[in-house]
Amino acid sequence: MAQPDDYGFSEEAALLKYSARKFFKSNFPTDKLQKMVADNPDSARVQISNWDKALWQQLLELGWTLLAVPESADGLGLPAVAVAGLVEEVGRAAFPCPLLATLNTTYVLAACGESANGALREIAEGTTATLALTNRAGSWQPEDTEVVASEGKLNGTAYFVQDAGKVDKFLVCARKGTGHSLYWVATDAPGITVHADAIVDLTRDQAHVDFADVEADQVCEDGLKALGQAFPAICTMLAADVIGAAEWQLQTTAEYARTRTQFDRPIGFFQAVKHPLVDVMIQIDEAKSLVYNAACAIDHEPKRAAEYAHMAKASASETAAFASSRSVQFHGGIGYTWECYVQLYFKRQKHSQMLWGDAAWHRGRLADIVLGKVS
Amino acid sequence: MSESDSKDTPEQAEFRQHCRDWLCDNTPAEPSFRLPISALEIMTEEQLKYLKDWQKSAYDAGLVGCDYPVEYGGGGRTNCQRIANEEMHRAKTPYMPNIIGLGMAAPTLLHHGQEELKKHLLPRLLSGEDIWCQGFSEPGSGSDLASVQTFAQRDGDAWIINGHKVWTSLAHFAAWMIILLRTDKTEKHGGLSYFVVPISSALGQGVTVKPLIKMTGETGFNEVLFEDLPVNDGLRLGGLGQGWQVATTTLLHERDAGELVTPRSGGMKNAASHNADTANLIDLARKTQYNGKPAVQDPLLRDRIMQQLIRETGLQENQRRARVPALLEHPARLQLQNKLLRSEIAQETAALALEVAGASASLYLGDENAPAGGQWPLAYMSTYGNTIAAGTSEVQRNILGERVLSLAKSK
Ligand SMILES: Cc1cc2nc3c(=O)[nH]c(=O)nc-3n(C[C@H](O)[C@H](O)[C@H](O)COP(=O)(O)OP(=O)(O)OC[C@H]3O[C@@H](n4cnc5c(N)ncnc54)[C@H](O)[C@@H]3O)c2cc1C
Repeated sequence: MAQPDDYGFSEEAALLKYSARKFFKSNFPTDKLQKMVADNPDSARVQISNWDKALWQQLLELGWTLLAVPESADGLGLPAVAVAGLVEEVGRAAFPCPLLATLNTTYVLAACGESANGALREIAEGTTATLALTNRAGSWQPEDTEVVASEGKLNGTAYFVQDAGKVDKFLVCARKGTGHSLYWVATDAPGITVHADAIVDLTRDQAHVDFADVEADQVCEDGLKALGQAFPAICTMLAADVIGAAEWQLQTTAEYARTRTQFDRPIGFFQAVKHPLVDVMIQIDEAKSLVYNAACAIDHEPKRAAEYAHMAKASASETAAFASSRSVQFHGGIGYTWECYVQLYFKRQKHSQMLWGDAAWHRGRLADIVLGKVS
Repeated sequence: MSESDSKDTPEQAEFRQHCRDWLCDNTPAEPSFRLPISALEIMTEEQLKYLKDWQKSAYDAGLVGCDYPVEYGGGGRTNCQRIANEEMHRAKTPYMPNIIGLGMAAPTLLHHGQEELKKHLLPRLLSGEDIWCQGFSEPGSGSDLASVQTFAQRDGDAWIINGHKVWTSLAHFAAWMIILLRTDKTEKHGGLSYFVVPISSALGQGVTVKPLIKMTGETGFNEVLFEDLPVNDGLRLGGLGQGWQVATTTLLHERDAGELVTPRSGGMKNAASHNADTANLIDLARKTQYNGKPAVQDPLLRDRIMQQLIRETGLQENQRRARVPALLEHPARLQLQNKLLRSEIAQETAALALEVAGASASLYLGDENAPAGGQWPLAYMSTYGNTIAAGTSEVQRNILGERVLSLAKSK
């Protein structure tokens, strides 16, 4: 299968993307984000996960969580490029919400076959969810999960569970006998304890989740296969979030470089500021082009989806790091303060940079595909 | 990555088929002699003839200048040059020799030339019968191009030219030159005018061309000295004092950021033409021993090769995304990065290839033990031509910062 030259990015996709941008501009400006998530600079606080639930409810009503659900499960079945376009805007607004977590879960469920249709229908009806599969060392290989299933019950702990405090359901990867299966369970089911992590990123929440004899529905027998199939989408959507946030960092820092004056000139005059800002732009553009290529491959060139997703996330991770670094540095002293908004994006980006694999990790996997594994 | 023909208009689809059919029978065989990396290093008449014959036959078949109007010798088509370029690349044709004519002089003539001049010059330019060169840089004026001093003195209906141009690629084969001249010494930008001037027909009569040798040992660029060369006012493009505006059209196209797609072919595998790309790099890494193992198995080299592959793919995808307006933040943002990225990525890839080759990177062209025939050191050095010519990488970053991010101008 070949990819359409325009990535299959339709008018409908553009409408979705740009109405989302407008929506956030009028309903969720950055000062609102700052007031909401950064009211307490105490680093010892437990994540309190403030977010605008009412605004999220509006987005749910607009159907944002339905977009990736296949039509066969009453969703809209939009192509991944359209979803990526939307996620880019969520990243640009750094909007705290369980969209990414729910999309990730959706892509995994959609790869499970018939047995997950019930769970997908719940998502189509507005249920939110997240994946619980990472071990305490932060391994992105789901076979390393510390949760075990036996006799229909889950035991163990899942770590680095994203937006656990905002969602209704967990999709858990658990070791069962010699294989791995996926389980669907309410976050408040008996036996579940959600321990919020104290994290750097103020725009998301994260937890480790204990399972003690938890009864859960198995929705997929071969969990690793489904997770492997959905992994390109998971990486691509996170990379889309990163490039949206990086574009905010670029534009905000460029604006500062145009207006802040030192030595009688706007600081953007100086090439030690100008050239690295251009390099940030170049990195964003590379990552963005790779994101749409990867998203398009998910629907049109699935055989190469993993390869392209590794490229997209590797590039996005580098972009996250570099854009963040320059955004703080070029704001000078004010950039180092709690009150300056660049800190919010800096922290979100440092989180995204490592989440689902940092750049070197993805390049390692890419090398295995392109060059063959090392014998 | 995309299969671009899936989105062809009916005109493009039909034209693509025409290109394929024609190329199937008419792609020239590889020459028995060595061709240089690009047209800018053509050294011998034999090389030139082979390449000129190719351009002429591709032109006669309608693959060159397809989007130019019929009255100027073009094909009168819409958005078809890109199709022809893709098909020529796929067919692994040789490159075009008249690259400065096609890439810079032709779009500038089309936008700013008088009717008669366009009818007279464009057909022979597109066919490659006339080779063109670009006389912009001078010993004292490189990045700061608007400071050029070569002077045109008014003399009735004509102008008398005196001065010194340098780094003039292809001047030794050129029939014509596009030239930026000073017609007024009191104003910097406003004192410039743009002309086309004859070269080969004026040799010894006001024009002297002296070859310069590149660090690679190749020739290809020259000094061009003007001594009292008379030029008719009819050879001026654009108004008096409008030279800078006309030069902008040239520079945009030179940096792949202009409106018109440059006719471009290439892809021919030839012992001496070697792209500094990751496909070749990986090929080298498979064949080379590094620390007692194939280099392709070394974890650090693997990581760095992947960095290059990602950058290269990102650049290809930039070019694709530039055609999807809904995914752009600024209309010129991707085009203005093209030349900068192409040259810098190739430079990094070639530099990495030298590290992969290790001690053997010391072996150059002509050494029988040199990996890839000694092409990598040549390819690496050649990339500096590209990060310097057509606006250095530093100047490109200024332009991007100033035009796209609206940062304060450095001048
Ligand atoms: C292979 C090759 C082919 C060429 N062919 C042609 C041709 O056919 N016709 C033609 O007219 N010219 C040609 N050139 C010339 C080319 O356009 C100039 O070399 C180029 O514009 C740089 O000018 P310069 O050499 O005078 O260097 P300079 O402008 O003196 O630059 C020297 C260094 O200073 C840096 N620098 C200068 N200004 C700034 C600034 N404002 N900010 C930051 N850094 C700056 C540059 O980036 C560079 O690193 C060619 C050059 C090469 C290498």
